[in-house]
Amino acid sequence: MKVIEIKKSVFADNDQDANLLRQELKQRGVFLLNLMSSPGSGKTTTLIQVINRLKSQIRIAVMEADIDSDVDAVKIREATGVESVQLHTGGMCHLDAEMTRQGLDHLSKEGIDLAILENVGNLVCPAEFDTGSVKNAMILSVPEGHDKPLKYPLMFTICDLVIINKTDVLPYFDFDMNKCREYVLMRNPKATILPISAKTGEGIDAVAQWLLDEVRKWKL
Amino acid sequence: MHELGVVFYIIKDVKKVAEQNGVQHVSKVILDLGEVSMVVPYQLQDCWKWAVQREEMLSNCILDIHPIPAVTFCESCHQEYATVTYGKICPHCGSADTYLVRGNEVEIHSIEVD
Repeated sequence: MKVIEIKKSVFADNDQDANLLRQELKQRGVFLLNLMSSPGSGKTTTLIQVINRLKSQIRIAVMEADIDSDVDAVKIREATGVESVQLHTGGMCHLDAEMTRQGLDHLSKEGIDLAILENVGNLVCPAEFDTGSVKNAMILSVPEGHDKPLKYPLMFTICDLVIINKTDVLPYFDFDMNKCREYVLMRNPKATILPISAKTGEGIDAVAQWLLDEVRKWKL
Repeated sequence: MHELGVVFYIIKDVKKVAEQNGVQHVSKVILDLGEVSMVVPYQLQDCWKWAVQREEMLSNCILDIHPIPAVTFCESCHQEYATVTYGKICPHCGSADTYLVRGNEVEIHSIEVD
C-alpha cells in the first residue's frame, strides 16, 4: 500500500473555475449577479419589477435555476420580454461555476450588460459554492422572520446586497426591522440592506439603482 | 444537503490524482473536515458509499473523515476560543471583533492506493 499526499481543498477547482469565469465576464463587460433566497421569498416577482425598471437602460438576461420545471423562466420572459433560460440542477441543491458557465453559454453571446442567476431556493448550499458572480444578493422576506441571519450565517456573510421583501405585510408579523439590520451587519458589516415590497413596488427603485451602479462600476 | 455535490468533487479530484500517478485502485481517502464546514459527516458517508460503487477505480473505497475543531480568534484581546461553544462573541472579553481561524476545511488530506 502506498499513500499519496494531496492536501487540497475540495472546493479549490470550483473556486478556480469561478475566478476564471469572472475574468472572462470582465473582459466581455458582462455583470453577473447571483440571487439567492429561501423558496417563496419573492425572487421571481422582485426580478420582474427590477428588470422592468432597468430594461430600457441596460441589456438584461436571466438564468433560472431550479430542480425541475420551467415556470420561472417562462414567467420572466412573459412579464419582461428579456431573454431567459431555465437551468435544471438535476436534483442538486445549488449551482456551481461550471453549471453557471453552461447557462451563460445558452444566452446570447454579445450585448448583455447584466446577467442574473436566480439560484435554487435554499439558504444553505448556494452560499458554499462560488458561481463566478460579480456580486451576491439575497432576499429575505418578512414572514421568514428577522432572525434568519443568526440561523444561516454564511449566506449573510457572503451577500453584498440583502433585500428585505414583503414589507407590505409587516403589520401582520412580529418582524423587527432594526434587529434584522443589526443581525445582517453582524455577519457582514459591508452589506447593503434594502427593504422592499415587490407587490406594491415600494423600494424597487433603490434596488434597480444599486444594480445599475454596480453594472457601471464593473464596465469601467 | 449538498453532501452529494461534495462527494462528486472529491471523486473528481481523487481520480485525477490517481490517473496522474498511474494508480489502478484507491482503497482509502482521508478527508480533513472542519467542524463548521456545514458538511454533515454521516450524510457525506452515505453519499460516498453510493457514489463510489459507480466508479471502478474507487470500488469499496473507504472515506476516513478527520474532524478539525473550529477555533475563533479575537482581535480585541488576541485570544483564541472554541467557536462551536461560544459563537461570534469572545468569551474572554465580550468583543464581536472575531474571525474563524480554522474549522471551515473540506480538504483531501491524502489517499491510500493499492
